[in-house]
Amino acid sequence: MIKDNPEINCELAVIGAGMAGIASALFASKRGISTVQVGLTSGIIFASGLIDLMGVHPISDGKIWENPWKAINALTSDIPNHPFARINKDDIHKAFEEFLAFMNNAGLPYCRYENRNAKMIMPVGSVKHTYCVPQTMWNGVLALEKKCSCLIIDIRGLRGFSARQITETLKTSWPALRHARISFPNTDHLEEVYTEPIARCLSLSENRKALAQIVIPHVKDASMVGFPAIFGIHNSVEIYRDLQEMIGVTIFEIPTIPPSITGLRIKETFESQLPQKGVRLLLQKKVLKVHRNKGGFVLDIGGSDTEYTVKAKGIILASGRFLGGGLHADRKQIRESIFNLPVFQVGERKNWHSQNFLDPKGHLINMAGLEIDNMFHPLDSLGKPVFKTLFAAGSILAHQDWLRMKCGSGLAIASAFAAVNAFKKQV
Amino acid sequence: MKCYYNTLNITHDYVTKKELFYNLLPLKEIKLETQVLIIGGGITGAGITRDLALRGINCILVEKHDINAGASGANHGLLHSGARYVAGNSVNAEECREEGNILKKMAPQCIEDTGGLFVAVEGDDEKYVADFPDLCSKCGIPVKALDTREALEIEPVLSKKIIATYQVSDAAVDPFKLSMDNIYQALDLGCTLLRHSKVTGFIIERNRALATRLQNMLTGEEFTIEALQVVNAAGAWAKEIAVLAGCAINLRYSKGSLLVTHNRIAQRVINRLRPSSNADILVPGGTVSILGTTSITIDSLDKIFPTVQETDFIVGEAAAMIPQLERTRYIRAYAGVRPLLGTPSVTDDRSLSRGFALLDHIEDGLENFASITGGKLTTYRLMAEKTANLICNRLGVSRPCLTRTDPLPPAGAARWTKPGLAPKVWMKKHDPEDIMLCECEMVPKSVVDSIVESIHEQNGKSDLKAIGLRSRIGKGACQGTFCGLRTCAYLYDINELNTNEGLTSLREFVNERWRGVRPLLWDTPLIQAELQEALYCGLMGLEL
Ligand SMILES: Cc1cc2nc3c(=O)[nH]c(=O)nc-3n(C[C@H](O)[C@H](O)[C@H](O)COP(=O)(O)OP(=O)(O)OC[C@H]3O[C@@H](n4cnc5c(N)ncnc54)[C@H](O)[C@@H]3O)c2cc1C
Ligand SMILES: Cc1cc2nc3c(=O)[nH]c(=O)nc-3n(C[C@H](O)[C@H](O)[C@H](O)COP(=O)(O)OP(=O)(O)OC[C@H]3O[C@@H](n4cnc5c(N)ncnc54)[C@H](O)[C@@H]3O)c2cc1C
Repeated sequence: MIKDNPEINCELAVIGAGMAGIASALFASKRGISTVQVGLTSGIIFASGLIDLMGVHPISDGKIWENPWKAINALTSDIPNHPFARINKDDIHKAFEEFLAFMNNAGLPYCRYENRNAKMIMPVGSVKHTYCVPQTMWNGVLALEKKCSCLIIDIRGLRGFSARQITETLKTSWPALRHARISFPNTDHLEEVYTEPIARCLSLSENRKALAQIVIPHVKDASMVGFPAIFGIHNSVEIYRDLQEMIGVTIFEIPTIPPSITGLRIKETFESQLPQKGVRLLLQKKVLKVHRNKGGFVLDIGGSDTEYTVKAKGIILASGRFLGGGLHADRKQIRESIFNLPVFQVGERKNWHSQNFLDPKGHLINMAGLEIDNMFHPLDSLGKPVFKTLFAAGSILAHQDWLRMKCGSGLAIASAFAAVNAFKKQV
Repeated sequence: MKCYYNTLNITHDYVTKKELFYNLLPLKEIKLETQVLIIGGGITGAGITRDLALRGINCILVEKHDINAGASGANHGLLHSGARYVAGNSVNAEECREEGNILKKMAPQCIEDTGGLFVAVEGDDEKYVADFPDLCSKCGIPVKALDTREALEIEPVLSKKIIATYQVSDAAVDPFKLSMDNIYQALDLGCTLLRHSKVTGFIIERNRALATRLQNMLTGEEFTIEALQVVNAAGAWAKEIAVLAGCAINLRYSKGSLLVTHNRIAQRVINRLRPSSNADILVPGGTVSILGTTSITIDSLDKIFPTVQETDFIVGEAAAMIPQLERTRYIRAYAGVRPLLGTPSVTDDRSLSRGFALLDHIEDGLENFASITGGKLTTYRLMAEKTANLICNRLGVSRPCLTRTDPLPPAGAARWTKPGLAPKVWMKKHDPEDIMLCECEMVPKSVVDSIVESIHEQNGKSDLKAIGLRSRIGKGACQGTFCGLRTCAYLYDINELNTNEGLTSLREFVNERWRGVRPLLWDTPLIQAELQEALYCGLMGLEL
């Protein structure tokens, strides 16, 4: 039986709701391109909220760069098929400006040093080099730089976040660091607490007041106080400022391990903003199949059965790697999940991963992915674009190991920018 | 027992229930004395220590890493009914039968009496199939033929292409619990365990090993132990130890790899009904099943880990018996080494036929040194008995072996190693403060607390690796990604980890777990591994 599914016509279909997908939808909408975006947002709970641009190269030396732009220069001259090498540096700058301006207007402002990576405290006490930091976390960057007297707070029942772990791990280089544990207001009856309900709770000012009252006695001589990331979801800046005022010293958030609210903030920001810009969101749905037609593509979209049919002139494929679902591996090879596009392979399975998980050289499998041209067209086995109006962006691309190079979100944003511009040119 | 201990510099990772006599001696002169020194903290060493302790003899058990760090922690966990050996070696088969029966009575807490099946599929050797029941009967091993319908009814995962099925009394055994229980009773009886203590040499005078030299693997500190008798129970490493004492054992090594499935696949042990071969046994272990093994001759004991090729081979072979094994999700792989006994230096032919060798080294010119190697987990008690008999004889002690008749008392701290056991105990006395640190395997905070406490009793310190060894933490579907981080944070909360030890501990923990998942990285486990790398490297930069 053939069902009549609602049919949606658009110019561009973006497949993926990760960083590359949302950036693509944003850039497309700002260029007046009618856009449909499909994908699951479940992966976003893993996002730390930090936007890396470029941190480490060559990975086998573990060389950390202070200046991400210089790192990109070195990277693109050493690895000329890294996707960054196909994007004009000016365009990467523009992509960031456009993306960050949007975030700022949408109430999720970021801070950065234009030409320098920032150092962030991680929940295990390690220090991460990243590029753009949510405003609610930025004071942590300053605190770490100045090594000022600082108190880290953790919350009873919140697993995987120990303030003592952070202070113990950093104390040799930062003696003025202290820790304290609090009970979040009205959670004494709970054995376990999670960041999301706490964050939602803090949107009420009386809860903020209660939290501040609990924290104040611990502050003592500290000039800064760090918290696990809990400052609300929609109005994080307001909550942060309010708490800061009540506590009376500078405060900041530290990312937590998943499930975290930092990803949720990004998700909810885009889900509320993109439709206002004309993007049709089909979230929590998947592209089941794509057919070609004269004008472009027909996409069957749904949970398990087709619920929508989308006709689009072009597609940006931002379906991620294995975790996102864009790539899939069986015991023999790696495939692209939707179109079965050719995937740059890295030999037999025995070569995919190194013997040592933390091998400085990284795992070969992370270099697998889609080969592209300078227009971000995925290529067929002969090196020709598969379709004129099919583009790819984000972590599905080959020859980039974002895990080790620390370029995840930056590459997603920059490649989305390049792919959208290429689409605009082509159509 | 007299023990000298350096209180200023507590470096020995020792365990004893007895009063220690502290003495401030210069480092070089630290001396430990005992009646019998046993080398190797696997099941054989554990069994010998308990056997001797029950006969009133003082022992020190030394282990270079941790309990069950060798083959005893990397085997199939099958308590053999003996049926597997009926065609090859009837002595072996009968021994397994008898020992299996004793253990089921004496150590039921370590055994899940699942029963077992032998199944043949189309294309398997029909003569072997036809001879099998008679061979079993000759060895006194009960066996019952089932028709295909019956077989599929009790184990629906079996291939529709099975041509013969026999039911036998195989069972599953928890090797960690078994070793821990043996050691705990020995400690209660006054023996001492030194973990992280590696034997590096002997001081030999005329025909006696006067003292054994050791090194603490954590601190590098060297010390010696003086013992009247020395037992080399170092499994595959027995040859290395013998060489240090100027003796020879002819050993070769065979590596075997095993895969752990995400869920328990079958209720019973399932054996392929054919002459012993590769990838023909599936053993249940609590909530999982273990599939294997391979048998690959290796020349060195340095690199023992499962490979991608072995995984593919095992999965391919076993699917003939249970087709689902082709598609099922595997969560871990591991490998162990079997010492293979060569003929020349073995003094007792009968012991060779038993599959284990007890060497008295008289011909090598030593009077107080013995080696025991080979054998099986199933026959460890017998191996311990024979060894203890020899030692008692030499010490002039006439007390009889008690392990045949005295039940093995269950010890507390080992009970968390078994998949599926932790939640049951947890549900029983749920305390509101008791939150889950591991959700895949349901390990709560209180389990980690009790492990930490027992390690404290042993004057040790808990890091993630030590907790991983004694619990299901890191062994579930998330491959340690989340429980590793949560447990690490928790160990800081309770002051077990300090300074930046957590980073080192996390790195060690993930690298250790990695060996076991690396061969299995396709489909879902690959996704899991990517998530782990995204968190540990992408986000937190632990590789830097
Ligand atoms: C634990 C973790 C920590 C991270 N930390 C950082 C960090 O600190 N800094 C940083 O810069 N980056 C970080 N990242 C990386 C970053 O968030 C992105 O994951 C990365 O840039 C890849 O983004 P992507 O959009 O290409 O793919 P993904 O984020 O994997 O998104 C893929 C999307 O495609 C969708 N999809 C797949 N198949 C289909 C289909 N058939 N139909 C419809 N939709 C489909 C999925 O549902 C998903 O929405 C982190 C990632 C993880 C997992
Ligand atoms: C893959 C495989 C599957 C198996 N499956 C089964 C099965 O299903 N059923 C069964 O009954 N049997 C099985 N076995 C056999 C069984 O595992 C072994 O017979 C048994 O574990 C041997 O115990 P052990 O104590 O003699 O040796 P090990 O457990 O190897 O112990 C030797 C110990 O000595 C220590 N050591 C080494 N050198 C030194 C030193 N210099 N100083 C101090 N300590 C040292 C090692 O660290 C090690 O812990 C299997 C074996 C393998 C390899």
